[in-house]
Amino acid sequence: MSVPGEFVAKSLAIAQMELKKLFRDPTELFSRAVQPVLWLAVFGQVFSRVRGIPIGSVGYLAFMTPGILAQSVLFAAIFYGIAVIWERDLGVIHKLLVSPCPRSALVFGKAVSAGVRGLVQAAIIYLLALVMHIPLRTDPLAVLGVLSAVVLGSALFATFSLIIACIVKTRERFMGIGQVLTMPLFFASNAIYPLALMPPWLRVVAGFNPLTYLVDALRALMIAGAPASHSLVANFLVLTVVFVLFVIVAARLYPTLVE
Amino acid sequence: MQQATKPGGHAIETTGLTRRFGTLTAVDHIDLTVEYGGIFGLLGPNGAGKSTLIKMLTTLLKPSEGTARVAGFDIVAAPAEVRRRIGYVPQLLSADGALSGIENLTLSARLYGLSGAALKPRIDEALRYMGLADAAEQLVKRYSGGMIRRLELAQAMLHRPAILFLDEPTIGLDPVACLSVWDRLRALNREHGMTILMTSHFMDEVDELCDVVAILHQGRMAACGSPAQLKAVVGEAASMTDVFTHFSGGRLDEDEGGFRDIRRTRITAKRLG
Ligand SMILES: Nc1ncnc2c1ncn2[C@@H]1O[C@H](COP(=O)(O)OP(=O)(O)OP(=O)(O)O)[C@@H](O)[C@H]1O
Ligand SMILES: [Mg+2]
Repeated sequence: MSVPGEFVAKSLAIAQMELKKLFRDPTELFSRAVQPVLWLAVFGQVFSRVRGIPIGSVGYLAFMTPGILAQSVLFAAIFYGIAVIWERDLGVIHKLLVSPCPRSALVFGKAVSAGVRGLVQAAIIYLLALVMHIPLRTDPLAVLGVLSAVVLGSALFATFSLIIACIVKTRERFMGIGQVLTMPLFFASNAIYPLALMPPWLRVVAGFNPLTYLVDALRALMIAGAPASHSLVANFLVLTVVFVLFVIVAARLYPTLVE
Repeated sequence: MQQATKPGGHAIETTGLTRRFGTLTAVDHIDLTVEYGGIFGLLGPNGAGKSTLIKMLTTLLKPSEGTARVAGFDIVAAPAEVRRRIGYVPQLLSADGALSGIENLTLSARLYGLSGAALKPRIDEALRYMGLADAAEQLVKRYSGGMIRRLELAQAMLHRPAILFLDEPTIGLDPVACLSVWDRLRALNREHGMTILMTSHFMDEVDELCDVVAILHQGRMAACGSPAQLKAVVGEAASMTDVFTHFSGGRLDEDEGGFRDIRRTRITAKRLG
């Protein structure tokens, strides 16, 4: 088998088994629907009465919907690494690492499965928007773009989570760090307020936050006439480059899990 | 069934192989040669360095010092070549409880590059060989301890490795399950020509299976030879337990068999539960 062929085949083998496990026990998927409902139905309803937020002509609810999708993608993916710590405590990882499978394929396969899992978040948000009469773009190209962004974003944050798992190695420390990271990542982004509203220092921080680019892409793809800071191409480029970097780093760190 | 390939030379050859964790030397300048074809037993008290040695030989851990060749390849310079030629069943549990037996095997097979028409016959054969054909579709978390071990052996034999590394293959198993695992190990050794290196705490297991035995003590090699040779050294009518006691100091040292080691062993014994 050629090297890229081998990489793809083995990544798919990993991703397929991960997805099997996931859909065998879908409770987690549905519990992830609770938060977006709260944010849109409660927070969103209240804040749509505030007039001073500079978001152009779109309503606040519509403005924040892509932000909440990005947030639920982040929250679902950021704890992905806990499964690897679990596998390490059992011994599954040991076996995988003794196989001739490239380390990058072990990581990439997991990222792909996390990406596919993220699609469930997108479905939940579209459903909510339908129920709440939030006006979203429904042209097929736009929806396809949203799904791609969601897969890419989920894979990116899941890989980030793998990196954290490889560094901290224990469940307790991992949960602690995960808890500490999610809120700052969320608030230091344009998910529920535009960059223009931020104090300059926060805007700088948001510029280094991949979530900002995910939100920006989603907003352009979900809402007609939405205010976007970057072009779609730029957003996807940033997300892809960061994802590839994360995969390289995680593949490097993966073997240290069993040391 | 074709025999596992046997590249020339020794199955395993280590020179001054050493691994340190901070100030602790877990494996201390081990020189070891294992020939193709036999079942090699690695004994030693908790914390002696058995698992650490196996992890280095299976390319999971880098040595701090020294070298080793496994199946003809250097573990540091050519780990990928080594991985293609070995199978490994870790001390911990390595089958995925959330997947069925057949799914576990399929994943392993695909990671070893088996695909297409070659895949299914290999998997079916491994299932049959390990007596798991009827349980193939069941989730592994419903398997008994003995079935899990046999599944792990099935996973480790799929790609016909030349050398099989087993870290405490019968830990936590009841006597009947032990017998079935022994039987399958012997079959892999005799019928498939797989060289086996295994660790164990059970002296009757060692007596039963191993042609050559090495005893590790505090990371060093305390003795190496056939069970008969070692018994002869210790004394007339000596048992394997006498041999073990003789070469491993004969008492529980302060600095080994400590909480950390026991805890890990117990966790292993609990397995899926
Ligand atoms: N990752 C690690 N970090 C620090 N110390 C370690 C690590 N792994 C093993 N050790 C230590 O190295 C020594 C050898 O451990 P090892 O697991 O190789 O022993 P063992 O012979 O397999 O014991 P057991 O029979 O309990 O399985 C022990 O003192 C152990 O605490
Ligand atoms: Mg051990």
